[in-house]
This record gives sequence, C-alpha cells and structure tokens, in this order.
Amino acid sequence: MATLHSRAAARLMITPAVVLLLGWMLIPLGMTVYFSFLRFNLLAPGTESWTGLTNYYFFLTDPSFWDAIRNTLTLVIGVLLITVTGGVLLALLLDQPIWGQGVARVLVIAPFFVMPTVSALIWKNMFMNPVNGLFAFLAKSVGLQPFDFLGQAPMASIILIVSWQWLPFATLILLTALQSLDTEQLEASEMDGAGPLNRFIYIVAPHLARATTVVILILTIFLLSIFAEILVTTNGGPGTATTNLTYLVYTQSLLQFDVGGGSAGGVVAIILANIVAIFLMRMIGKNLDA
Amino acid sequence: MARAVSTRRKATFTVAAWAIALAIFFPILWTFLTSFKTEGDAIASPPMFVFFDWNLSAYEAVNQRTNYLKHFWNSVVISFGSTILGLVIAVPAAWAMAFVPAKQTKNVLMWMLSTKMLPPVGVVIPIFLIFRNTGLLDTRTGLVIVLMLINLPIIVWMLFTYFREIPGEILEAARMDGADLRSELLYVLTPMAMPGIASTLLLNVILAWNEAFWTLNLTAAKAAPLTAFIASFSSPEGLFFAKLSAASTMAIAPILVLGWFSQKQLVRGLTFGAVK
Repeated sequence: MATLHSRAAARLMITPAVVLLLGWMLIPLGMTVYFSFLRFNLLAPGTESWTGLTNYYFFLTDPSFWDAIRNTLTLVIGVLLITVTGGVLLALLLDQPIWGQGVARVLVIAPFFVMPTVSALIWKNMFMNPVNGLFAFLAKSVGLQPFDFLGQAPMASIILIVSWQWLPFATLILLTALQSLDTEQLEASEMDGAGPLNRFIYIVAPHLARATTVVILILTIFLLSIFAEILVTTNGGPGTATTNLTYLVYTQSLLQFDVGGGSAGGVVAIILANIVAIFLMRMIGKNLDA
Repeated sequence: MARAVSTRRKATFTVAAWAIALAIFFPILWTFLTSFKTEGDAIASPPMFVFFDWNLSAYEAVNQRTNYLKHFWNSVVISFGSTILGLVIAVPAAWAMAFVPAKQTKNVLMWMLSTKMLPPVGVVIPIFLIFRNTGLLDTRTGLVIVLMLINLPIIVWMLFTYFREIPGEILEAARMDGADLRSELLYVLTPMAMPGIASTLLLNVILAWNEAFWTLNLTAAKAAPLTAFIASFSSPEGLFFAKLSAASTMAIAPILVLGWFSQKQLVRGLTFGAVK
C-alpha cells in the first residue's frame, strides 16, 4: 500500500517532467497565439503593433491558404489510403506460413528507419529523375516517354515517397495485432466450415479494426506535419502545388519573416491537429482503463 | 497445434511475400549498390546492378569535400544526448506513476500524450525567436533540449507501460525486508526495469536521429546533424548519384541496424501501448 511518504516522493518524481512539458506547451503556444494578433515582421524590428484579427483575415482569404488546406488533405488522405490498404494486405500475407518470414519482415520494415531527407532525395534523383532515373530507363526500355514525376505530378510523387516511408509502420502494427489473434478461434470456425473469406470478415477484420483505427490516427498526426520531404523535393512547388499547411507557415514566417501571419497559420494548424488528436486520445485512454 | 499447410500453398505465399518485400527494400539496396560505383557507372544506361567496378571513390569524395564526420558526430550527440536527458527526467516520473498510482495519474499521462499532438509548426516561430535571442540557434545544446522535449511524452509512456508489468508485490517484499527507497530503486527495480529502459533508449535514439523538422529549422552549418547535411544535396549536388548514395548509406546504415533490433518496441512505443 502506498504511504503518505511515498505519495509525496512520487509527486516529487513526477514534477520535473510535468513542469518541463507544461513550459514547452504553454510558453511557445501562448507566444504563437499572441504573435498571431500582431503586425510583426522580422525585417522591421521594433514596429510590432496590435492588429486584432487582421492576420487571420489575410491568411484565411489568401488563396494559397486554401491550396495548402487542399494539399494537406490530399497528402494525408492519399497516404492513408495507400498505407492502410497496403498495410492490411501485407500484414495478412506476412502472417501466412512462409519460408524466411523473419527476414522478409525485416526487409519490409527497413524504409521506416530511413531519415526523411534521405528517402526523399533517393526517390527524387535515382528513381524519379526524368533523365537518369531508374523509372525513366524502364519507360524508355518499353518504348515510352520518360515521365517527369515531380514536374508533372508533384503531389502524387510526394504521396508515393511518403507512403513508402510509412507503409512499414502500418504493416508492422497490423501484423502485431494479427499475431495476437486467438488461433483457436480461427481453427474452431474452420472446423465449423467457415471459408477464408468468412473467416476474414467475421473474425480477422473485427480484430484488426482497433489496430487500424490506431494506425490511421497516429499516421494522421505525423502526416499533417510532413515537411522535410517537401523541402528537399519540390520546395512546395511548382507554384503552390505541394505546399501543405506546415510548409506554408514555414515560408511565411521563416522565409518571408512575417511572424504575425505565420503565427496565425500555426494556430490554424494546431486547431486541425487537435480535431484528430481528440479521437486518438479517446482510443488510447480506453486502453489505459483495461 | 500448428495447422498442416500444403507445401505448394506455402511456396506460393513465400514467393509473393518475398517479391513484395524485395520491391519495398529495393530503393535501399539500390542506394547501397550505387554508393560503390563511379559517377559514370551510377548513371549508366542500362543500369548496372552488381557487375560494375566496385570502388570507394564516392565515399572518399564525400569525406574529402564535406565535413561528413562532423555532421555524423552532431547526430550522435543530439540523438543520444536528448534521449539520455529524457530518460533521466522520465524514469522517476514513470516509476512514480506505475508504482504509486494516484487519482490523477491517468489524466497526467493523457495530458503528456496530448503535448505530442501539438504540430511543430504551431510553436516553431516562438522557439526560433527564443533560440535566436539566447544564442541557442545552430547549437547542439539547443537541439538536445528541443528533441528531448518532443520525445519526452513517448519516453514516459514507454517506460510506464514497461514498469506497469513489473509486479508490485516484489517492491512490497523488498520494503518489508527493510529496503529504503534508494536501495529499492537500485537493487530491486533497476535490474528488472533495465530491458524496458534499454528498449526505450533504442527507439528514441532512432526517432531523434531521423527527426527532420526541428533539425532542419534550427541548425545551419555548425550543429547540423545528418538530416540537414543530406538536405544540402537537394540540388544540384543530388545529381551526383554515387556521392548522394554514399552519404545516404553512411547516414542510414547505423540506424537501420539498431532499428531491426527494435521492431517490437517500435509498435509499443509509437502506439503508446494501444497495440502490443
């Protein structure tokens, strides 16, 4: 039983972590919100003044903002579709009795450990480059014109790169969930005459539903903040074709030094992420009670 | 009992799974192969797979023309520094929450998790300005602090899920035998908690090593880790495939090896215990 003494000690032990995270959350967050109401440009220091909602007005009426929202959603949904569908199929395949299962799994997981700048540059140059890339060679060898991936279909190309990075994560989590499935239940259903399709629909799919939800929510949190892949491949272009919200705020504040406008964008990004976070927190909280 | 599986069925699945696995792994393999080519061989058409003149000229060029070792060392310092600092802060916190749970424990844990949901772009401007004014911009210290803070929730959560699995009765028995808090920590808990702490260290070093928002935005030449160093290849340097491949191979190889050891922990750590 916990004593009063140990309770006091426990509180003391938790304090540093709580204080640090509280500071990390409240101080910059408060500053971002405060800046978002200011006319604040780093090129004109000392001229900060209160402007109320002007930054929000300009940000939300800027066509590039709506482009950024559309690009953010396209990127998130595109990658989710590929990684979740691919992840389920791949997890089911890797869960079958196969030779060298361990090694195959290691190969599949590998891209997750490649740093974002490396994977983006490898794909951009060695595969998607319209002159010397491997895809260009393949196209030429079957008599097609090489396709300029990042020039002609920039968003689709980035979706492909990001999906390659995150497919392992989805596969690994779904595979872990599959392996915790009670095999006796499957065997019993098989004896009762359930075919593979029925077994999947009535036993495997419900079992995977929870893990899939977790994958979708966690991926969404990460995908909303995709940055490095865009920076090293397209710089948000051509035009604003691949500028997502994160990248837009980066260009406004750190490249154009418009702190006020960038901060307003940051607040919008926080609100978007929070909508997803609420659902994720509920899922994880439920698990904590169990 | 394992179900009897026909060899033919097993062979079919094996071929399919291996074909997909190799396709997914191929970009990494291709990078590895290309790093041993000359620039000429790297863009040869048709592409050369293994029958080329293997040599280390690209590695030599990267090491001569750039300060590769400096960036590598920056990555090591930043990823290990931030993770170890995080562990120092998180171990007591997770220990307390796992063994002396209070009414608030669940709320504190959930709140910590919620800080992880904060998009970095929502706080980058203030952090950038604070760092600029305090001279932390482009320093390893600055990045150690930021990466420690962004990974702290994951570190606390992972440790918590590991510590929770240690039976509390053992601690009570130790207490009955007259162990005080210090010896309880040192002789009872630490040996049992070591595997969990090691896994947490491993996964968080990997996450910090690959972190590419803060490292790109808060560093320039001096403190840039490998993520930022590789970004400098974006153009037109990236067109030198062999050099790009050599730099990339050196940047990802150590972490790929660590990563393969941490597969299981990866799931636990990144789903906050929701999938085990």
